[in-house]
Amino acid sequence: MTPVVQLKLVPPAPKYDFADRLRANGIELPPLSIDTLQVNVTKLCNQVCRHCHVDASPQRSEMLSPEGVAKCLEILERYPQISKLDITGGAPELHPQFDDFVEKAVALGKHVMVRHNLTVQLDGNPQTGGSKEYLPGFFARNCVEVISSLPYYQEYFTDAQRGSGVFRKSIEAMQRLNRVGYGVDGSGLLLNLVYNPVGPYLPAAQAGLESDYKRELKDRFGLVFNSLYTITNMPINRFKLHLEKSGQLEGYMEKLVAAFNPGAAAGVMCRSLLSVGHDGRIYDCDFNQMLEMDAVDAKRKKLSIFDFDFSKALTRPIRFGEHCFGCTAGAGSSCGGATA
Amino acid sequence: MSNYYESEDLKKFADIGQHAKKLADDFFRYYGNVTGTDGALSKREKALIALAVSHAQQCPYCIDAYTTQCLETGSNPEQMMEAVHVAAVMQAGITLVHSVQMQNHLKKMVL
Repeated sequence: MTPVVQLKLVPPAPKYDFADRLRANGIELPPLSIDTLQVNVTKLCNQVCRHCHVDASPQRSEMLSPEGVAKCLEILERYPQISKLDITGGAPELHPQFDDFVEKAVALGKHVMVRHNLTVQLDGNPQTGGSKEYLPGFFARNCVEVISSLPYYQEYFTDAQRGSGVFRKSIEAMQRLNRVGYGVDGSGLLLNLVYNPVGPYLPAAQAGLESDYKRELKDRFGLVFNSLYTITNMPINRFKLHLEKSGQLEGYMEKLVAAFNPGAAAGVMCRSLLSVGHDGRIYDCDFNQMLEMDAVDAKRKKLSIFDFDFSKALTRPIRFGEHCFGCTAGAGSSCGGATA
Repeated sequence: MSNYYESEDLKKFADIGQHAKKLADDFFRYYGNVTGTDGALSKREKALIALAVSHAQQCPYCIDAYTTQCLETGSNPEQMMEAVHVAAVMQAGITLVHSVQMQNHLKKMVL
């Protein structure tokens, strides 16, 4: 008779243990509030950026359902504590209900932010060919805060990361936004830009880079904007694959871990927002969403917009992984830029 | 076969403290104070100077380290390349200005 050997599989200890680093520094990070609902409405995008943590592209088809959009609006209406709606993607404007979602959230008195990649204004919908040239006027009428990636104020870095021709189109799209008042003093229309490194290195100091951007974009193109947010590249998905292929993953992780900043940890965005996926599942942040690390309540039950309970969401234990070192390195990183 | 200048060896820089810890500590403190802080020169300006010196001294470790440091302090490729040209013309100029010495001696040697 052949003896049966029972093998107990023990998962290997994580090489870069974020939770352990928090404990070692005596840091606890419970949620502080839920003031922002960040909704990833689609993975469809007109661009294919090399660093994209969503793996968005013109071939993606995931969309938040009409029921999902209605549920998000219902949650926003029911909970005045959630004062901000942050719509992201992909290119969120390619969602068929995008305009309706924005208008209804604005009608509820919410501050609406859109993660707008600029080029979609000119490219339109890559699947239907539908034009998106109306967006600047639409954004302005609804006083949407526009947040747009521009990896650098020069073509070389921008096109290296976001694709050939993206810089030129981004400049034209920004000029259109400026023409309707975005970024112009006194207009009340906010245009904020996002810088992220074009490779495995940390962002430069936010304030210095912002003044460089303002000077260069004004001098070269006559452009204005409000603030620059510096964001660190997360070692997940498409960017992680690039790091693995180029043999730079370990070096990048070591850089992030070595730059761990307890001051930045306190300000991580997962403490004040919830991230919603296209299927209505809830996550602690957009990065956890892409890793399918569902947010769970205190009893480990997964959270969803379809049975949303504010108090359970507020008392949830935030889930961490090695990618979280990206948010705590150096001056910190969040959807609103540096945190320390 | 072993090679000189393995990029992984840069991580062993702190090992210069073996057998001479206090001197290494003094050096790293001085190094950090000079390069790691904004002073009369910004960290970005210091990184560009260091990048130029790295090329002039032909140190592969320093070239890798200060290429990254220049990016992380907000420099762009044009600025970095200009810094290398400063190093290059300084070296060329230093070579050429020595020809004055040659000319002086030449004059002595020629009737």
